[in-house]
Amino acid sequence: MDMSKDLVAASATPLVLAILAEGDSYGYAIIKRVAELSGGHLQWTDGMLYPVLHRLERQGYVAAKWAASENGRRRKYYRISKEGRAHLAAQREQWKAVDGTLRGIWMQACTV
Amino acid sequence: MHSMTTFADQPLEEQIAQWRNYLRRRQAVHGPDVEELEGHLRDQLAALTEAGLAADEAFLVAVKRMGNLDALSREFARAHSERLWKQLVVAPEADAPANTSRTEILVVLSLALAAGLAVKLPALFGLPLSPEEEVPPFYFRNASLFVFPLLTVYFLWKRGVNAVSGLWLALPFTAAAVVANVFPFHNPERLDNFPVGSDTQVLTVLHLPIALWVMAVGVAYVGGRWFSSGRRMDFVRFSGELAIYYVLIALGGGVVAAFTAMLFSAIDMNPAWFIGGWLIPCGAAGAVIIGSWLVEAKQSVIENMAPVLTRLFTPLFTILLLVFLVTMAWTGSPINVKREVLIGFDLLLVVVVGLVLYAASARDPQAPPDFFDGLQLLLVVSALVVDGVTLAAIAARISEFGFTPNRVAALGENLILLVNLTWSAWLYMRFMRHRGSFADLERWQIAYLPVYAIWAALVVVIFPPVFGYR
Repeated sequence: MDMSKDLVAASATPLVLAILAEGDSYGYAIIKRVAELSGGHLQWTDGMLYPVLHRLERQGYVAAKWAASENGRRRKYYRISKEGRAHLAAQREQWKAVDGTLRGIWMQACTV
Repeated sequence: MHSMTTFADQPLEEQIAQWRNYLRRRQAVHGPDVEELEGHLRDQLAALTEAGLAADEAFLVAVKRMGNLDALSREFARAHSERLWKQLVVAPEADAPANTSRTEILVVLSLALAAGLAVKLPALFGLPLSPEEEVPPFYFRNASLFVFPLLTVYFLWKRGVNAVSGLWLALPFTAAAVVANVFPFHNPERLDNFPVGSDTQVLTVLHLPIALWVMAVGVAYVGGRWFSSGRRMDFVRFSGELAIYYVLIALGGGVVAAFTAMLFSAIDMNPAWFIGGWLIPCGAAGAVIIGSWLVEAKQSVIENMAPVLTRLFTPLFTILLLVFLVTMAWTGSPINVKREVLIGFDLLLVVVVGLVLYAASARDPQAPPDFFDGLQLLLVVSALVVDGVTLAAIAARISEFGFTPNRVAALGENLILLVNLTWSAWLYMRFMRHRGSFADLERWQIAYLPVYAIWAALVVVIFPPVFGYR
């Protein structure tokens, strides 16, 4: 299934924030987690995650820190902030509303 | 580094390095971002090779998954729009330890402060700078000696030249100090023309900075590798960029001075002594050091301005020279051989040589000739004609009224520029006809640089005694 670019872009923020809400993480692990959660339906171009992370960092939704990784290289870890959690909650409401609306109309289509 | 992400496979490491360098060239992607993306690439590669892919296959897949780098850097630019507008004071490079840049700022600030104070030093010996009186010629004769030694120290420090070989550069400065201050110029407290003042003193004022700029500052800038033409070209670029930065800093300084005057006049105080005696002279000296540091710090970051201005002004100067030549031929008016006029013509020709030089510094030597090269050739040829006309006027003057320091200096300078322009025109012509490469022209300009400095040094050292210090 090819998902539209707009939808991928729109879902990127809540998805990244939700993954970081599970615990601190870094770019490569976030991509892996997305693939795992979506069962491979959501294919991101790997590089594109980083501008998204940097934008979230500037908006104050995540905080980033360079730390040593298990392989000895420096790695940039991201952690969700309080504002990030609040933003995630707000996004969640919005997505729920969209989801509920679509569900409603599609259920109707089934029963008619 | 751990074995897991540094690959034993040498070709793979090379491919990664190539990819990294390719990414580094994007101005919206900064050093730490490159590191972050490389970390991702390596994690991906490790996972893929573990899954059984060969190194080169894994690399192809990992790079493909990373995505198109153009699109990626566009996204980075959107996330960090300020990166396309580069900040004036540059953050240190990722791989340079942070404390070197802090040390550098300290060194630069101390040197700038020292330059500012050096200007005030003569005041302790009864030669004050005051806004009510004319500036004593001592300051003009020694203008370059207030700042250039400190700038030289900065470059020696920056290039890590050891102190002993650095000491050689004390030689030109000592010689300059002797020549500028020990020569018994006729009426040295006047800067006007002979017979009131001394022509050779004025020539010293004009030529000493040129000689020292190349022979001392230039040598320090290239870290002693004066014979590497690449480094020399860097010095040419540096000089042009510094001139532009200096003008910008001076504009800002003018605004500060104007506000200082306005604010203190508003409370009925007269700040002229401070503006004329401290702010402008000390600022002018310190700005040379600060400007040099900015050019050094920015050279890898900002687009160079000098080549842009060259593109802008080459057509204008070409038109100016052509119209001037036509008008002169039409009206038959001869050139008025006065010192100011001669200096003006010399400066004009220097500007033309500068335009050729900066066009060369920014040009890809491999590119084929284009319209702009034709324009440059036209500029060089018209400058040649102007130079010829000036030379004829000077020669006529000399044969009628004899030798004076000004006429000989002008004659020498015009001859030097004539040689440069003639050979440049010849090389340009060969290049336009595909008989030679542009690199020849660049090499010629670079090789010719010391000639200006040597001539300037001759004017400073030989002319005063030969012409009896008049």
